[in-house]
Amino acid sequence: MSREFTPKVITANALLEGDVVYLTADDSWTRDLSDADVLTDEADADLRLLSAQGRASEVVGAYLANVSPDADGPRPTHFREEFRRTGPSNYFHGKQAAR
Amino acid sequence: MYRYSEFDSAFVATRNAQFRAQVARRIDGSLTEDEFKPLRLMNGLYLQLHAYMLRVAIPYGTLNSTQMRQLAMIAQRWDKGYGHFTTRQNIQYNWPDLRDVPDMLDALAEVQMHAIQTSGNTIRNVTADHFAGAAADEVADPRPIAELIRQWSTDHPEFQFLPRKFKVAVTGSPMDRAVTKAHDIGLRIVQRDAEIGYQVIVGGGLGRTPMIGKILHEFLPEADLLPYLEAVVSVWNLLGRRDNKFKSRIKITVHEHGIEDIKARVSQRFAVIKPTFSGVDQQLLGAIRADFEAPQFRKAPTHHFDAAYNGNALFRAWADTNLSAHRHPDYAIVTISLKAHGATPGDASADQMRVMADLAERFGHDELRVSHEQNVILPHVHKSDLPVVHTALREAGLGTANIGLISDIIACPGMDYCALATARSIPIAQEIATRFDALKLEHEIGPMKIKISGCINACGHHHVGHIGILGLDRAGVESYQITLGGDGAADAQLGERTGPGFSADEIIPAIERIVRAYLAHRTSPDEAFLDAYKRLGLAPFKDALYDQASAYAAE
Repeated sequence: MSREFTPKVITANALLEGDVVYLTADDSWTRDLSDADVLTDEADADLRLLSAQGRASEVVGAYLANVSPDADGPRPTHFREEFRRTGPSNYFHGKQAAR
Repeated sequence: MYRYSEFDSAFVATRNAQFRAQVARRIDGSLTEDEFKPLRLMNGLYLQLHAYMLRVAIPYGTLNSTQMRQLAMIAQRWDKGYGHFTTRQNIQYNWPDLRDVPDMLDALAEVQMHAIQTSGNTIRNVTADHFAGAAADEVADPRPIAELIRQWSTDHPEFQFLPRKFKVAVTGSPMDRAVTKAHDIGLRIVQRDAEIGYQVIVGGGLGRTPMIGKILHEFLPEADLLPYLEAVVSVWNLLGRRDNKFKSRIKITVHEHGIEDIKARVSQRFAVIKPTFSGVDQQLLGAIRADFEAPQFRKAPTHHFDAAYNGNALFRAWADTNLSAHRHPDYAIVTISLKAHGATPGDASADQMRVMADLAERFGHDELRVSHEQNVILPHVHKSDLPVVHTALREAGLGTANIGLISDIIACPGMDYCALATARSIPIAQEIATRFDALKLEHEIGPMKIKISGCINACGHHHVGHIGILGLDRAGVESYQITLGGDGAADAQLGERTGPGFSADEIIPAIERIVRAYLAHRTSPDEAFLDAYKRLGLAPFKDALYDQASAYAAE
């Protein structure tokens, strides 16, 4: 049996700034994970990812990242995604500073 | 210092104009990312975890004050006011916008710098001993030959699509400060009677499959060096494996074919190539050499130094750790620590860069160096000027007296910045430094090189750290593996793995247990950690590491 599909978001880096972005429900890009669309259907996720990867003039390297849905929106399940949504730990730079 | 010829300037300007157009075409959608990526990498531009990163070459680690000021200007104008000096004598900007990169490259070209071939499957920035031209123990200055190699390798038509990256390091001193045995090619300038020649070491490298380089030629005459290098790279270019990225580096080629086979192939190729070198390379080298003539060293009394050394404990502590012997007895080599306790190893703010530039201009014959150990060096300072230099450095937060000690840590950017990383490096380095500073044990411990990498690629040289730390992702948690007894100096040695890794919370106490075991076992304070390790082997350190861990677990 294939593995159960866990909730995911589509994430990438913005072409101009390189900043981490997430795909929203209305197919726009947000800089904030809490505004990302959480995908729970595998076929839908694959299709949305293909279309996101086609938006080469907006983003680079779109992929699916695991999240766990929470009252405040999706939360990363892996520490790499936690750093991507926050910024580096040695300086208050990146997303944490923009909030 | 070498000054760009008209050819150099025109070449860099043309390349920058090309890249400007490539960036524009990427932004307007004419180029896909797949098309653009190899182009940006050829020009040192990466896309990392949070942003783009521009890697700028500091060839053989040499800079003047004008260049350092320009690096500061770039940091302030287009980045977040700082730069990160790396283990390959580059500086990295962590936050540029894609649109600004062409302007940054033009600003670099204004001071004869570039980011060409700091990435991609090419011959990378040629590194050298950071004490080049200044060290008391030097046979010859390695920078002229390093500059010749830079010119030869830049845009070399045969070597733009190599099986993988290719790194060259040169040292002119028997005290190998350039880690030549951990490079694809390491060159050591050696002297036999009155003659200068090159020991050629091939197939060293760290990363996934660490290997110590093997001697390919014991004593190569200088006139043969460039055609010989071309023969080596050419042999590997054909033989190197393009089917498997993990087996593509020359260290694997040498390992798979054996050094004798490679030697034979290189000799054969060399015989073909050598006659095509008309001798113009030797003429160029002669001209380059004139650019690296030693400065006019100043004759002056050194009693200011003696008075400060005897009367000022802070100055004395700094002088004891941060100064090295200069070829001129009245001079010293100053290593400026970019490792203030708790700071990010290798980072300097724009203001700090300007302070270092000013000091180089006023007191250092306008020369600066960047070391693979992520510090900055003033290679030529008259001893009488050292007290003033020290005061200025302290005021800028650059006066930390810790060179060669436990807080003088090499750390790659790790998962705080790098897209390849599997764990963070920087916070581990910060915590080790602050922990041992709080314990006031640093000077008691003595010479100690800790090197940290945030992934298997080993940019932090962990394999050759006296204590090496490798950050990995173990089932979604950061985990740190320890190696002991590595050595990056003349008798390079790979460290030995101690056993299971430690979590981010456990790694600092684990390092402390190793250090305390060393302090307990050493014969005297004169026996450095590495010597004690060589005498004792892994066992007592392993006991200290893991018995203690199980004791904690049992609590």
